[in-house]
Amino acid sequence: MGKVSWLKGSRSVGRGRGVRTESLKERDCGSLDWSDLRGPQELICYRTFSRTYATATSPHALVFLEHRQGVIDSGSLSALTAAGELGGKVSALIVGGSDHVPGVVEQAKKLKGLTTVLHSTSPQYSEPVPEILSPLLEKLLSDSSSFTHVVSATSSAAKSLLPRVAARLDVPAVSDIISLEHDAANNSTTFTRPIYAGNAIATVRAPPSVQIKFFTVRSTAFSAASVQDDAEAETQAVDPVDVPDSPSKHLKTSIAKSDRPDLGVASRVVSGGRALKDVETFATTLYPLADVLGAAVGASRAAVDAGYADNSLQVGQTGKVVAPELYMALGISGAIQHLAGMKDSKLIVAVNKASDPDAPIFQVADVGLVADLFEVVPQLIEKLKQ
Amino acid sequence: MRPTAARLLNILVPVKRAVDYAVKIRVNPQQTGIDTNVKHSMNPFDEIAVEEAVRLRERLKDEIKSIKAITIGPSKSLETLRTALAMGADSAIHVEIPDSAPAPEPLAIAKTLKAVIEKEKEKGTGVDLVILGKQAIDDDLGLTGQMLAGLMGWSQATFASKVEVDVGGKEVLVVREIDGGSEEVRCRLPLIVTTDLRLNEPRYASLPNIMKAKKKPVEKLSATDLGVDLTPILETLKVTEPPKRVGGGKVESVDELVAKMKEAGITAA
Repeated sequence: MGKVSWLKGSRSVGRGRGVRTESLKERDCGSLDWSDLRGPQELICYRTFSRTYATATSPHALVFLEHRQGVIDSGSLSALTAAGELGGKVSALIVGGSDHVPGVVEQAKKLKGLTTVLHSTSPQYSEPVPEILSPLLEKLLSDSSSFTHVVSATSSAAKSLLPRVAARLDVPAVSDIISLEHDAANNSTTFTRPIYAGNAIATVRAPPSVQIKFFTVRSTAFSAASVQDDAEAETQAVDPVDVPDSPSKHLKTSIAKSDRPDLGVASRVVSGGRALKDVETFATTLYPLADVLGAAVGASRAAVDAGYADNSLQVGQTGKVVAPELYMALGISGAIQHLAGMKDSKLIVAVNKASDPDAPIFQVADVGLVADLFEVVPQLIEKLKQ
Repeated sequence: MRPTAARLLNILVPVKRAVDYAVKIRVNPQQTGIDTNVKHSMNPFDEIAVEEAVRLRERLKDEIKSIKAITIGPSKSLETLRTALAMGADSAIHVEIPDSAPAPEPLAIAKTLKAVIEKEKEKGTGVDLVILGKQAIDDDLGLTGQMLAGLMGWSQATFASKVEVDVGGKEVLVVREIDGGSEEVRCRLPLIVTTDLRLNEPRYASLPNIMKAKKKPVEKLSATDLGVDLTPILETLKVTEPPKRVGGGKVESVDELVAKMKEAGITAA
């Protein structure tokens, strides 16, 4: 694509159909819609179009399959499902140290919808340092590759790594998609994704001119790829790319340990807000209820900022996005940023104090109770046990 | 190249003017975007970035040579730059785009920042540290910092909750928020940092500082000056309201609450 002047740029904001067609024409004839073919000029485009069609490559997705200590991340399984919806081949890339990768490859081989499992091991890959992994991905995605899409969960590791790679390949990226549709005939992919903390849904199209389409997948919007016993994806080792003098070095990881289900994938979540007063009250109030329900514990930003709960438990626009069967919001008023992380839950139960009966949380809650949560929770535990 | 003897840091802080975080946005009837005739302010993560730069100077004093804020946006983005200047940035760059232009994408922003960094280097003030927000709260993409690091070939530390700079050793220790916990990385300068909410608590600009900020220099540049193309590559086909959730109303007692939960199949595990 050549340099486009500012005038042209602003013209493409035009909302009218005619205007949009014009901007498409300037960009890429291959992205023309049949109904847009009107005059002689368009006919020229049409020829280009049919040529593209004849050589159209079928989609081939590369899924960055993450694992922690040899266990495949559930978010990556959702990313696999999303990649499958492109309608072409799906390869997974597994990287790590030699202690975990072979086991992960064995698990991955059985995953439904996977064509090929690529794996690369190096002592350098034991932690996902973007500066070290980027050259490997760049090599895999170099001109000779058949990959049309690069897919991952919207995880912290992928969010750090993939945009770096995309920029090096000079392509844009789309974050946290909730649905997709691929048009194989002209190699364009249309995504929907939440913007403004989930208060609007944008439909964006990556045109054919984007050779490799990078996107991350909101795991709550896609089911996890299942294991299929007769599936046997082909495996292929990829030579690691040595980065002798990485500008970044991983020193240590601290993972908050818990016996409860993982917040991101739990089917039930009990969440607490600022009303929980302090770290002890947070624990003594919420944990017994979470235990009775077999639920994960979450927290609002206020509770995390006040130090009642670990950062990793934050639910919201900038924390975890969850969509469990049951979301219990206790002492959470429901700021926009919090709702962004939980409003797709199936059943939302809110308990909030009498001084705030109009809290926004009650506008999304299926069941709301205006009461003192310190009185409600013990009764709730008792009655649920009955 | 900067002389090696002078171990002084130049910090660049890109900021974005975004719809204020407290505004309940509305999708416009044409479904092309949202009603932007609402309160705007600096993207909250960028405030944290500016604050961190200012705190670094408070800690390291003269080792920080300059803090420059930059924004790429329409004329009104100047207000956002003034806020950054009032918080403690020394000078600012405004890459102005027409008010009617579509919002540039992260890749284009990253290329613009790269062009600016190269320009600064020619002027002899090479940028050593770029601090950005981890995401803008309007498009929620979270790509710009990583893309800039990729384009520059620099080290990156995303989602930072703690930053310790060793200017002499040209190294930065960063604690990063990751899924399930945190990790510590050591990065060599020049470095791109993106801020997590946990990094700091941004200050309010005092009135005297707001007054002083009006006198601080703002350099105006255009995309043409920098040789960058800000035309979006991705096509936004439409913007719609998310499906509305119908609140189920309130119950009066714990008994009713439990009954409703059991009705929905929720019982003790």
